[in-house]
Amino acid sequence: MTLTPTQVWVLILGCAALTALIKAFGPVLLGGRQLPPWFTRVIVLMAPTLLCALVVTSVFASGRSWSVGAHTVGVGVAALMLWRRCSLVLCVVVAVLVTAGLRAI
Amino acid sequence: MAVAAARGRDDGARAAFRRGLRLGVPFAVVAFLLSLSFGVLARQAGFSVVQAVTTSVIVFAGSAQFAMLSVITVGGGIPAALTAASLMNARFLAMGVALAPSLPGGPLKRAAQGQAVVDSSWALANRGDGTFDRWLLFGTTLPQYLTWTLGSVVGAVFGDALSDTHRLGLDAIYPVFFLSLLIAELRDPASRWAAVGGGLIALALVPISPPGIPILAASTVALVGLARRSS
Repeated sequence: MTLTPTQVWVLILGCAALTALIKAFGPVLLGGRQLPPWFTRVIVLMAPTLLCALVVTSVFASGRSWSVGAHTVGVGVAALMLWRRCSLVLCVVVAVLVTAGLRAI
Repeated sequence: MAVAAARGRDDGARAAFRRGLRLGVPFAVVAFLLSLSFGVLARQAGFSVVQAVTTSVIVFAGSAQFAMLSVITVGGGIPAALTAASLMNARFLAMGVALAPSLPGGPLKRAAQGQAVVDSSWALANRGDGTFDRWLLFGTTLPQYLTWTLGSVVGAVFGDALSDTHRLGLDAIYPVFFLSLLIAELRDPASRWAAVGGGLIALALVPISPPGIPILAASTVALVGLARRSS
C-alpha cells in the first residue's frame, strides 16, 4: 500500500508539527528560572545515557529484535578509530567502506 | 531568527556562535550523507522530490524522519508513522528540559530557541555543569541544517543511481555519528556508568516495546543523579 500525494503531505505536516511541539515543551514549561542542584546532577547524566541508548539500539537492534550485521563490524572499527582520536568524517568513511565491503563479499 | 537576534549582542555570544559553526562542520558533513540516504529512501517510499526535501526542511529531525519512513514502507498508516516519529523524538523532551534553564526570554522566544536543538548541538553546548551555551548550540546547528537540506535534495534527485543504501553501507553512518558524541561525554565514572546503564536498559526493552521507547526509558538512568550528594 502506498500513500497518495495528499496523504504524504498530511504525514509531513503532522510530523513537523509534532516535532516542533516536542522540542518546545521543555523550554516553555521550565525556562527562565533557576533549578535546584539535584536537577543539575540529573541533567549532567542525561547526555551519556541517551547517547549510549541511541548507539546500542542502532548497532545491535533492528525494529523489535536484536540483530547484528556488517554494519556492526563497520561501526566497531570506527569506534576504535574515534577512541584513538581520528576525525569524525574519516571514521564515518571507514565505517561505510567496511560495511559495504563485507556486504559485497 | 536566532542569527538576527545576535546582532549587536556582546562579543561572548558572537565568539560562541562562531566556535559553534566550526564545531558543527564535521557533523554537517555526516548530516549531508545521512540526509542523502533519507532522500533516496523517501523517493522509494513514494514521496515526490519536493515532498522529500520539504520533510528535511520543516521536520529537521533525522531519527524521526527515518522512523516515519520505515513505518510507511512496511505498509503502516499515517497514525502509526507519526507515533513512531514522535517516540524517536521523545528524547528531545528530556533534552529540552535540560536546556530550559539556559534559555532567556518569554515562552514563545524559548519555544523558538528550543527548535534549534539537534543531538550534536545539544551535546556540544552542554558545559557539563548543568548549563548550556545557547549561542554555541545555534552555531553548531546552522551548518547541519544547511547540509541536511542539501543532502535531501541530492538524495531525492539522484536517488535512482544510489538506490541500494543498504548495499552501500550507509546505515553505518548514524551509529558512528552518535558514538562520536558519546565518547566526548564519558568524562567521569558517573557518566560512564550512566551510559552503560542506559545502553543495557535500551537493549533489554528492544524486544518488548515499540521503537523509540527503549531510548526514552534509558534516560531514567540519569535519575541516579538524585542520589549523589555532592558537596
